[in-house]
Amino acid sequence: MTAGFYFRLVTTAFIILSLIAGLSFNVRSIDAPELYLSGYRFFTGNLSDLTPADGVFEYEVNAPLFTDYAEKKRFIYLPAGTSLTYTAQGAFEFPAGSAIIKNFFYYNDASRRGEGKKMAETRILLKGSTGWKALTYVWNEAQSDANLEVAGAVFPVEWKNRDGKQMHVEYVVPNTNQCKGCHSFDGKFTPVGVNAAQLNRNNQLQLWADSGKLSQLPEPSAIPALFDYTTIEDPVHADNTLLEKGARAYLEGNCAHCHNPHGPASTSGMFLEAIQADRERLGIMKPPVAAGRGSGDRKFGIVPGKPHESILLYRMESTDPGIRMPELGRQLVHNEGITLIKAWIRSM
Amino acid sequence: MFRLFSVRLLLLFVFNPVYAQSDVEKRIQTQCILAEDGDIIEIPAGNFSISGTLSLDEKKNVTLRGAGQDKTILSFKGQKQGAEGLKVTNCTNIILENFTMEDAKGDIIKTQNVSGIIFRDITARWTGKPDESNGSYALYPVQCQKVRIERCTAIGASDAGIYVGQSDSVWVTECTAKNNVAGIEIENTTNAWVWKNHAFENTGGILVFDLPDLPKKRGGHVKVYDNLVARNNYRNFAPKGNIVGTVPAGTGVMVLATNDVEVYNNKIWENKTVSTGIVSYYITETPINDKSYIPYPSGVSVHDNIFSDGRRMPTLKNKLGFIFWWKFGKRVPHILYDGISNPDWVNADGSFKPSYRICIGENENGTFANLRADKLSLMSDRISRDQTHFNCNK
Repeated sequence: MTAGFYFRLVTTAFIILSLIAGLSFNVRSIDAPELYLSGYRFFTGNLSDLTPADGVFEYEVNAPLFTDYAEKKRFIYLPAGTSLTYTAQGAFEFPAGSAIIKNFFYYNDASRRGEGKKMAETRILLKGSTGWKALTYVWNEAQSDANLEVAGAVFPVEWKNRDGKQMHVEYVVPNTNQCKGCHSFDGKFTPVGVNAAQLNRNNQLQLWADSGKLSQLPEPSAIPALFDYTTIEDPVHADNTLLEKGARAYLEGNCAHCHNPHGPASTSGMFLEAIQADRERLGIMKPPVAAGRGSGDRKFGIVPGKPHESILLYRMESTDPGIRMPELGRQLVHNEGITLIKAWIRSM
Repeated sequence: MFRLFSVRLLLLFVFNPVYAQSDVEKRIQTQCILAEDGDIIEIPAGNFSISGTLSLDEKKNVTLRGAGQDKTILSFKGQKQGAEGLKVTNCTNIILENFTMEDAKGDIIKTQNVSGIIFRDITARWTGKPDESNGSYALYPVQCQKVRIERCTAIGASDAGIYVGQSDSVWVTECTAKNNVAGIEIENTTNAWVWKNHAFENTGGILVFDLPDLPKKRGGHVKVYDNLVARNNYRNFAPKGNIVGTVPAGTGVMVLATNDVEVYNNKIWENKTVSTGIVSYYITETPINDKSYIPYPSGVSVHDNIFSDGRRMPTLKNKLGFIFWWKFGKRVPHILYDGISNPDWVNADGSFKPSYRICIGENENGTFANLRADKLSLMSDRISRDQTHFNCNK
């Protein structure tokens, strides 16, 4: 009997035992990603219908991030018997083994949603035993499944928008590192958007608390809420209070994940969280630090009353990768967002 | 038959480079994502066109290595996504070496929150004529500790070629910076040594700045020595709004609002406007809102440098240059102090209290002027050549 034989014996036994353990408890390692989206069994039936399976539920946010006019359906998965824990600031606490699932798609014709859609990408944040892991899945041509893509991808998408205009984008799927370009708090991976102010809408949090999905939810009056900026129909004629609430929510949803003292854009000294009370931190009459040609020959982040002298707007209006903001996730200009921010700066 | 096939295969690679290149990009990026502790990622020799930011995140002891500055050339000319060429974030002990990166849309190499970062034998440049549309920084470590930049070349940045921001423990040595707005800039950074570099034909050669509104408040403890800082007379092509846009063409070394800076043994030659400036933030004529910010330089010593003799015509496109020309014609003094200080740091007779001294030692051809400007206006008619209070040896 050689040492090699014993080694093989022990290894084989180990493999068999692990397989048995895996089968009998029906657990999947929470740290190993699936190669295909279908492997998680987050959805039942036809995968692209996104019908949630047990333990998976949909959620909505108040101030969504603009990503090239993609439509989104967002879900949370909680392992049986676990729940989210409420925190007033920052992302809720997620139990190990849970996941956040965000699906990006385009309706072929946005004014006629019944006429089919194209699934582009599904992003999954897995809460593993040591922290969060970001994974991107790209949908196949047949729309039957999506496969893991660590190094990202680029592909064209065509659709008709609500005004009947034919649209085109070179859709960019971020690579794993780019995910953290936004999902970062003091250099550690963090979810964005699953916080009290974003999720506090349509009684969503209360319903979760009632069904045991969320613990430690305080009195409704103590829960912060962002304003749903998409409800402002006509920013140009909106009153100043509404504009302030809408614009600050827009900046929170689209900029503050990086532009906060703990985010990747802390280097800029410009902080755009909705709770930011310091006007200079917000960029008002603040000279840029390292904007380079991103300044567009303008002198300050925000010049009250003068959107066309404000660097903030210049960077929103650009599609040049060296100028545009946000740096990632936007190839197209967000016209509605620009109208809102322009009206807000003008109203100052 | 087999030979014919290989020739065809070879032709396929020669005439179909796009396919091969995007392959290389994907391979480098995948290797960067999957890299394990201790890995060396080799980038082969060749000219590669890269379409998006390459990135390393949360890695330890990883080396990214090309086949040589003139052999491995990554061009970002057709960049479609990401603002940087290469981005390294939240890492420990990373080495970048032996390659060239050029024409990124934003910064060429940005490293943020990295402890232990070496840039070695790297060229980072914008090709073509220096232009406003070039990106900001060629080599850009920010919020890093233990930074070493050695034998690197930075060309054409519309802000700074080698820009070290909000970092600690920094070496910049044997580097060349050319045709940038600022050749080498040390900003809000502590414990930086800048020596044996060659900064030439920039707008400003070597800048040591402390700026307001930043998370890392105070830089300082900076040494600038044994450098050749020559002919930094290039027109200022920084986009407006950027602080380096206020630097006059013809600046050799400039210390702005920083404390404990020693500038010595440098050859500072043929910089037409300010060979060496020691100035407050007020010189930028930008309002200060940051209440914790100290806008004055202190503990600055300039000694044993060699300035070139001869007449120079200062730039007239900058207020400072204009004042110089108005006052001195072509006999522009080499060492300029703007004279704006914290009143609490100065004694009644005008001399500095010990720890706030501005010291001007022996310098070859080291002519001196104190602008004696005030916070509200640079246009000073009180310029003094008196060096008494700046002599720290008496």
